[in-house]
Amino acid sequence: MSLDIDKANATVLDRMTSARPMLTTVAPARDVVPGLREGLLLHAGPPIEWPRMSGPLQGAVIGALLLEGLADDEASARAMAESGEVDFEPCHHHGAVGPMAGVISPSMAVYVVENPVHGNRSYSNLNEGYGKVLRYGAYSPEVLEKLRWMNGEMASLLAAALAATDGGLDLRALLAEALHMGDEGQDRNKAGWLLYLKLLAPQIARVAGDWATAERVLAFLGDNALSVLNPVMAACKAMADAGHGIEGSTIVTTMARNGTDFGIRVSGLGDRWFTAPAQTPDGLYFTGFTSEDANPDIGDSTITETAGIGAFAMAAAPAIVSFVSGSPKDAMHATLEMYEITAGEHPQLNIPALGFRGTPVGIDVRKVIELGVTPRVNTGIAHREAGIGQVGAGLVRPPLGIFEQALLAFAELHGLSEPETH
Amino acid sequence: MSVLRSERRPGAYYDSIVLMQLQSALAAEPGVSAAGVVMATEANLALLESTGLRPAGAATVPDDLLVAVRADTEAAGDDALARLDSLLDRRRASAADASAGHEEDYRPRSLETAVRMLPEASWVLISVPGRYAAGVAKRALDLDRNVFLYSDNVDLDDEVALKRRARSLGLTVMGPDCGTAIVGGVGLGFANRVRRGGVGLIGASGTGLQAITSGIHTLGAGVSHALGTGGRDLKQEVGAVTALQGLDLLARDSRTEVIVLVSKPPAASVATRLLGAALETGKPVVVDFIGYPPPGRQLGNLHFATGLGDAARLAVDLLDSSTEGRKAPAESSGARGLLRGLFAGGTLAFEALQGLRAFLPGVYSNVAIEGVEPLDDPTRSRGHTILDLGEDEFTIGRLHPMMDQTLRLARLRQETADPEVSTILLDVVLGHGSHTDPAAELAPVIEEILERRKRLEIVVIVVGTEEDPQDLEAQTERLSQAGARVFSDTSEAVAHALRRHQAASEELPRVDPAALAAPLAAINVGLESFHASLLAQEARAVQVDWRPPAGGDRKLMAILDKMRGTDTDWMRRESTP
Repeated sequence: MSLDIDKANATVLDRMTSARPMLTTVAPARDVVPGLREGLLLHAGPPIEWPRMSGPLQGAVIGALLLEGLADDEASARAMAESGEVDFEPCHHHGAVGPMAGVISPSMAVYVVENPVHGNRSYSNLNEGYGKVLRYGAYSPEVLEKLRWMNGEMASLLAAALAATDGGLDLRALLAEALHMGDEGQDRNKAGWLLYLKLLAPQIARVAGDWATAERVLAFLGDNALSVLNPVMAACKAMADAGHGIEGSTIVTTMARNGTDFGIRVSGLGDRWFTAPAQTPDGLYFTGFTSEDANPDIGDSTITETAGIGAFAMAAAPAIVSFVSGSPKDAMHATLEMYEITAGEHPQLNIPALGFRGTPVGIDVRKVIELGVTPRVNTGIAHREAGIGQVGAGLVRPPLGIFEQALLAFAELHGLSEPETH
Repeated sequence: MSVLRSERRPGAYYDSIVLMQLQSALAAEPGVSAAGVVMATEANLALLESTGLRPAGAATVPDDLLVAVRADTEAAGDDALARLDSLLDRRRASAADASAGHEEDYRPRSLETAVRMLPEASWVLISVPGRYAAGVAKRALDLDRNVFLYSDNVDLDDEVALKRRARSLGLTVMGPDCGTAIVGGVGLGFANRVRRGGVGLIGASGTGLQAITSGIHTLGAGVSHALGTGGRDLKQEVGAVTALQGLDLLARDSRTEVIVLVSKPPAASVATRLLGAALETGKPVVVDFIGYPPPGRQLGNLHFATGLGDAARLAVDLLDSSTEGRKAPAESSGARGLLRGLFAGGTLAFEALQGLRAFLPGVYSNVAIEGVEPLDDPTRSRGHTILDLGEDEFTIGRLHPMMDQTLRLARLRQETADPEVSTILLDVVLGHGSHTDPAAELAPVIEEILERRKRLEIVVIVVGTEEDPQDLEAQTERLSQAGARVFSDTSEAVAHALRRHQAASEELPRVDPAALAAPLAAINVGLESFHASLLAQEARAVQVDWRPPAGGDRKLMAILDKMRGTDTDWMRRESTP
């Protein structure tokens, strides 16, 4: 039998963990994201059409159409989306990822991450910060105003600052250090954010030309601990993509939610999505909100767990244990549980509290099904209505059924499901 | 003249404490005079420069890990650099030890994780529903662990496959349907609290084991180990794989002085095999095959009990007497070949047959006794044959062989001319009326035969007293000098002969005695109470939070089985003979 799943998985694991994501520049999406044509909007999660989109995603689509100047107001934007004049495709089909609604339109600036080891690239949009933001479906004039500034002044300065570095910023090294400082890379980014700021600040000061611009950009980055989340997500995407497309592998290389469906893709099963309705995260809510307000799970940030951080590295981030119930021991156990369904341990990213054990990486569909243990995901919770924003944060797991679908598809592809003939 | 060797690792982040530790470890490598391990920041490069450790012309960025060593020779420098990864691993391992406590109360979902948490566990206890039990046991064997299989309703085919696989790996499987065992003083499953001591038990009957171990305790003695086999182990299909392994383990176990073998009636062929193996242990073995007709009260080192209480008493008695001069295990012959007995005494022939028939398949005789094949033609032996030369067909027109040995000597030559024959059993009955000096006639013939057949063994039973006219001592001496092995007791002689005729066990790895080593560490899959019981007995134990694989979905389970990594298929292969 030529099918050697363990070997294929080992190859995937090696490619994912040896990938070296370098943040090299910031550029308009239309210039760098492959296949991003005018009239096409990218979104988080698996493919979805307008009628099935949840509130936050529809709001973000409206905002993007307004931003692109394709519609003049909400009503005409809705009409466009409904009429099919606009195309929708997942970010993941274009090497990109975006948190929450994850909408990327051609004029938006994106981070470009290069993996020189395997020669692939990945992209993510810029983080808008907290409050009323497009990724939660807000599209008021001040939201669009901020986006225009980000895509303009901030993006140009970031591009120049990155160009001033020697080959870009090594995001894997940044992550490794951040895990030692109490981040898990998804819900907690305090350390990574400060490291990011510290790496960029001298370059920004060097290339800004005027103090006022430097101050605006540094203040914006410095006010938002999520500034680093998008580059980190792009880094995780670059690592996961390095492992995609290996024949015979059962490792998950994509997990993503669009606010309606949760979808996964598997290295050895090509670009096929396995999807089921997304669940509502179990978590803590900001004052004034309850689970009644929560949108089903949304966003591409699950790329962090796919690459072996986020909830998988929970043991590194005892400060946010309240998401998993309360005690640091629960945080340990969260990570220990993920070792049971992963193919290996990350040679570069490790957790001091677990004796510097590498983070669990490479979700193996076989193990998920055998043990009935689905991956843990740390996530922000969006309000179900467009534009209200984040209402909490917590824990969610993908539906087990999508892993079953993937296993059955794999079995069919390799002739493992026929009755035995002896 | 020293040389500088260096290595650059792009994008490998390590905390500075780690780097300092690495640096001192590298500097301690043979032939290394100085080492520098730094992230390649400007400041660190300057530091290397100042200590003469900066490699020339290497382009670096601050995220690179830079390792440089100054060494006596290039080879020493390269060797030190080559040790980088193992030094890192060593540090990681020691840090892992220090943090092991974090994992302690984690309930693993898989056996693999449990083994990682408790690597010293040599046993996996399995008490999950029968339809899943074989799968868990298979995984345990794949992970190089012995199995205590409490579950019942396991297919016989699966039992055979598991036990064969275990045997080929030097592991053992107690069960399925094994209710009790005591390993290194720790009870697995159901077990009574009994003190430790010198009696080791093997039982295909759980309650039988419990009754005897309790009995031994009550009599003031103790138990080294009690190994369960499961009720079907002694069936023909299974062939007593586990019981045979148990005998071998207990024979080698220094704590075990007396062995007890208890079972419901075994299959006849299995009984012979097992008794044969018991003979070879060289330790007293109490046999209680409930309802099986014993070949006698004692045969060599085997003692046959009439019931559970009797078995306990016998074992304790033997324990008291076994300290003086225990016999070394008989030279495990592998001799094979055929055994031929030429008896003058009818009752001696009968007793010999009674012993032999329990151990050897295919025994023939001119004596009518159950379990022994009649000889069509008494002048021609076949298979293993025991002849009573005092029977009518041999004495017509002749004196009884106790007086006239002519026929017996002729027959002795006839038998030993057959190269298949490897052991001869003879009796010499002294006393008034018997031949006046049988040894004088027998010894030269024995000498002559043994000269020709070096590997042949001639075993002689001499019955008599030192006051007999022939002089017991002189007769024994003469026969011994001729090369015969002389015994005064038939059962001893038979036991000796039998040891030469045990089917030599196939060359398979023996079970690692570590299986019985204390302190016991075990992984429990199934009944929580077994885990609690292990902990209460101060054994180290990990409970697996087990659920049916794939939620019990048979279709998915079948697919997962086929997708399992290496050698997925041994269950099927091993179960087909």
